Amino acid sequence: MNNEPSNENKIRLETIDLSVFYGQNPGVKNVSLQIFDKQVTAFIGPSGCGKTTFLRALNRMHDLTRGARVTGKALIDGTDIYDPKIDPVTIRRKIGMVFQKPTPFPTMSIYDNVVAGLKLVGIKNKSLLDEVCERSLRQSALWEEVKDRLKTPGGSLSGGQQQRLSIARALAVEPEVLLMDEPTSSLDPQSTNRIEELIGELKHQVTIIIVTHNMQQASRVSDNTAFFYIGNLIEFNKTTKIFTNPDQKRTEEYITGQFG
Amino acid sequence: MISLRRRYIRDNIMLSLIILNTIVILIPLFIIIVYVIAKGFDALSIDLFTKELGSPTRAMMGEPTGLVHTMLGTIVVDLIAVLIAIPFGVGAGVMLSEYPDHWANPVLRVLNDTLNGMPAVLKGLLAFTLVVKPMGTFSGLSGGVALAFVMFPIIARATESALMNIPWSIREAGLAIGLPRWRVILSTIIPAAKVGLVTGFLIAFARAAGEAAPLVFTSFGNNYLPIKWTGWFTGPVDTLPQRLYNLAISPYEHWHDMGWAAAIVLLAVIIASFIIARFVIRDKK
Repeated sequence: MNNEPSNENKIRLETIDLSVFYGQNPGVKNVSLQIFDKQVTAFIGPSGCGKTTFLRALNRMHDLTRGARVTGKALIDGTDIYDPKIDPVTIRRKIGMVFQKPTPFPTMSIYDNVVAGLKLVGIKNKSLLDEVCERSLRQSALWEEVKDRLKTPGGSLSGGQQQRLSIARALAVEPEVLLMDEPTSSLDPQSTNRIEELIGELKHQVTIIIVTHNMQQASRVSDNTAFFYIGNLIEFNKTTKIFTNPDQKRTEEYITGQFG
Repeated sequence: MISLRRRYIRDNIMLSLIILNTIVILIPLFIIIVYVIAKGFDALSIDLFTKELGSPTRAMMGEPTGLVHTMLGTIVVDLIAVLIAIPFGVGAGVMLSEYPDHWANPVLRVLNDTLNGMPAVLKGLLAFTLVVKPMGTFSGLSGGVALAFVMFPIIARATESALMNIPWSIREAGLAIGLPRWRVILSTIIPAAKVGLVTGFLIAFARAAGEAAPLVFTSFGNNYLPIKWTGWFTGPVDTLPQRLYNLAISPYEHWHDMGWAAAIVLLAVIIASFIIARFVIRDKK
């Protein structure tokens, strides 16, 4: 229900000539792109096209990758996240991420997993943590299934439940932007539906970027779509436009399944 | 194509060879254990665990003697070693596993491997230079430092491999919810690697508990209990491996017997720590 026209054009995140290198090889080349506030942006493209690499650059996940180097700018609300004066931790508190595979913390209970982002930075207020835990698990559509066993290990859940747990954990710290790297690729159709519904609900509060292999998914959940091919951004536009009348021939070929 | 029947026969022959080899390897270990127990069993007594050794004449005069000062000394020296080696060893292991790009990483790796390969006697000399010389006396403390040098590289390596076993994605997940790097390591990676860490501690302990060479110039050895409790740390202290050696080279028949009994105790301590290590691993799986 996004009727406010002012939101339509507010830029939340913007990259200018952003490139990511692995050693000497560019994984992503000179991408300039705007992400609009409280909208869902999908990144699509064939395997190895750089969409995940680009996504990971948006909250400095490459800092830990050996030999990875990022050039260009990535601005959130006008602040360059690659500014040497910026602490990556403050960036990542604003820009959360959900990974392709579920990543529950192995030794922690369901409860501790969800509130880890708060508890481990020193928030001890039990009633606040309880509240955040319930809210986050409800948002990720997991609450009803786990509310009676919050103390059991997060690793005891099924794969789909673990993924929703990972999403709840990301939401618990109330990020302003949520990066989702193929969040449903390891899920069954039912869990996938739930995650897609969740994205629809969340976009009123959070700016979402989702990498997906599934073009139907991109067309269902996103407002804007970016098509990547061999490290280049080929086309970026409204999702309806991309899927009905793309400007680029390559985009059309990919959408219609002629390659990829 | 070899017939299925012949392949089964080959398989069985190979398996038999493997089992045979394993048995051949285990025989010496079995002989050591049986021999030590057979030789030392008669010298095991309550006195062994409650009386001090004293001079050689003490036993000849018919007074009860034992190795209580040795057992307590071993506990003190090993405990000091563990308390020093665990924090440093785990710290080094974290550096080796978690900060592969840091300039200190390759330096530490070389130093750690060197320390691991260095003869234990040299570690004793190192502790002698660092602790005995400045203190002006042989001491339990210096013995602990010497054994810490034995444990440190083993703990560092065990910590490194235990942490490497935790998927990289867990670290990224921790960072992605806005945790600082050190917090991710401390609260998610280390707890997940707990079993591997404890196993490493026990293996390092078992290895160091059997070392006599580093203790010759450090804890030095003693036939008596210290007069004051501080003597455990600031005075010469007896330990099982070194006492075993001293008893064995002594000219007294009754001390030789006592040496076999001491060997049983030492063997029991070391085997027990390996068995505990096995249980820690199995419990978790």
